[in-house]
Amino acid sequence: MHPAPSVIIFTVLSGIGFAMLALLGIGQPEVNGFEAIPYYFVGITLAVIGLLASVFHLKNPKNAIKAFSQFRSSWLSREGVFAVISLVQSTFVLAIKVVFGFHPLLSGGVSLIICSFTIFTTAMIYTQLKTVPRWNQWLTPFVFFLSSYTGAAIILGQVLLGFLLLLMLTVVQIAYWIIGDRAFSKRGHTIETATGLGRLGKAREFEPPHTGQNYLLNEMVYVVGRKHSIKLRTIGMLFLVGLPLPILWFFNVSFAMVVSVFCLHLVGLFICRWLFFAEAEHVVGLYYDKR
Amino acid sequence: MTSLPNSTDKKLGLVIDLDICVGCHACVVNCKEWNTSGYGAELSDQDPYGDAPMGTFLNRVHTYEVQPDVGPAQIVHFPKSCLHCEDAPCVTVCPTGASYKRAEDGIVLVNEDDCMGCGLCAWACPYGAREMDLAAGVMKKCTLCVDRIYNENIPEEDREPACVKTCPANARHFGDFADPDSAVSKMTAERDGMELMPEQGTKPVNRYLPPREKQNEVDILAPFLKPVANSPKGFLGWLDKTLDRI
Repeated sequence: MHPAPSVIIFTVLSGIGFAMLALLGIGQPEVNGFEAIPYYFVGITLAVIGLLASVFHLKNPKNAIKAFSQFRSSWLSREGVFAVISLVQSTFVLAIKVVFGFHPLLSGGVSLIICSFTIFTTAMIYTQLKTVPRWNQWLTPFVFFLSSYTGAAIILGQVLLGFLLLLMLTVVQIAYWIIGDRAFSKRGHTIETATGLGRLGKAREFEPPHTGQNYLLNEMVYVVGRKHSIKLRTIGMLFLVGLPLPILWFFNVSFAMVVSVFCLHLVGLFICRWLFFAEAEHVVGLYYDKR
Repeated sequence: MTSLPNSTDKKLGLVIDLDICVGCHACVVNCKEWNTSGYGAELSDQDPYGDAPMGTFLNRVHTYEVQPDVGPAQIVHFPKSCLHCEDAPCVTVCPTGASYKRAEDGIVLVNEDDCMGCGLCAWACPYGAREMDLAAGVMKKCTLCVDRIYNENIPEEDREPACVKTCPANARHFGDFADPDSAVSKMTAERDGMELMPEQGTKPVNRYLPPREKQNEVDILAPFLKPVANSPKGFLGWLDKTLDRI
C-alpha cells in the first residue's frame, strides 16, 4: 500500500494525542487547576493535527462532514464520530480540573474508555480489510494501542508505565511482523484463484491492461518499501525502543530527558508506521502478477 | 446507511466468456466513451499526450499466459470490471454513505454528491474494480450502464451495458442471475461459470466462463496419411530445375 504521509501523520499523532487524553483522564499524571492546561493542550493539539492531516488524504474534502453519518456500518465513520466525542469530553474534563481544581474520577474514567475506543476505531479502518492480509489480523489493534499509549506515557513523564509499555510494544511489534510476513500466503490467494485459471495450469501475466501506471498500481501495488524491509525494521526498533529504554532506565526524569526520549521514540514510530503501509500487500496486485 | 440489502429482487450482472474473448479492448474503449459522457463526473486522463499517461477506466483487459502441466501454453484475455458482489465490502466501509447497493437490482453504485474521495472502498475491493478519478476527486466504478439499461430514450436493443453491446466476439453477456431461466444463469450452469477469488467471501455476481483446454492430441490416423508432395510442378518446377542446373 502507498505510504501516504497524511495517513502516517494521522495515525501516529492522533493516536498519541488520544492516548495522552486517556492517561490524563486516569490521573497519570494527576494535574489539576491551571497546571492541567499545557498537558491537555499538547494532547488535544496532537490529536487535532493528526485529524487535520487525515483530511489532506481526501480528494474531495468538501464532503468530509458527511463522514460522520455512517457510524452504524463504517469504521472510518466511527473513527470520526468518536474522535470528536473524545475531544469534547476531554475538554469537559479539563474544564472541571481548571474550574474546580480537582480530578474528576468518573469523567476521567470515561475519557480513558472513549479515547481508547477512538484509537481502536483507527486501527479497525485497516484491520477490517480482508484484501490486505497483513493488516487483517488480531495483532493490528494492539500495535496501534501500544504505540499510542507508549508515546503518550513517555511525553507525560510516566517513566515506569513507559518502560513497561516499551517492553510490551517490542514483543507485539515483532510478533506483528512475524505473523504478517506469513499472512498473505497463508490465506491462499494466488494469481490462479484471482483469475480462476488454475484449472488450466500455472498462470502469469502476459500483457498488462495498460502500458503506464494507474490509480490501482500507485495506491495498492507499492513495492519499493520491501527492498530494505529488514534494515528499516532494525533502525525502526532501535529508535522505537532500543534507545529510549536505556535512557529511561539510567537517567533521572527531567523535562529535557522526556522530550529527547519522546523524539527518538517518535522517529522510530514514524519508521514503523511507514513500514506498516509500505510493506502491506493488497490482493489486487495478483491481477498484475505483482505483490 | 451504507449497509447492504439483505437480498435484492434482481441480481443484474455480466457473464464473460474467456473462451471467446480475443482481447481487442473494444469493451474498454466503449465503456470509457459511454461513461465519460454519461453518469456522474467524466473519466479524466492525466498527462494523456505526455511521458506518463494514465487515466480512469471502469473496465480493463488483462492478458495471461497459462502453462498446463503438459503441452503448450495458452493465452487468455481477461476483461475485468466491477463484479457487483452480493456481499460487497466496498459498500460497508464507506463513511459518507456515497457507496450503496441497490435493493431492486443489486447494482453497486457511488453517489458522487456524497463521496469525499477517501479511497477506502478501493482498498476494500479485492478486484481493483474502483478507481479514483484524480480530476473530479470522486470514486468511479462500473454502473452496469444504469443509464442505458433502463433508458427509454434509446432503442430497446441498445438497453444493455456499453461493453456488452460493443463486443465484436460476443464474449460478454448481460442479464439477471436471480432468474434461473435467464441466458446468463443457463450459461453459468452449463459451462461451470466461476467466481473470482471466492476465498474473499464477497459473493460476486459476475461470472467467468472458463476457456476450453487446447486440443493437443494429433489424430492417431495422421501417420498413415499420404504425404503431401512438396516438389513444385509446372512452371515453378521448370524454374526450380533450371536454377539448380546453373
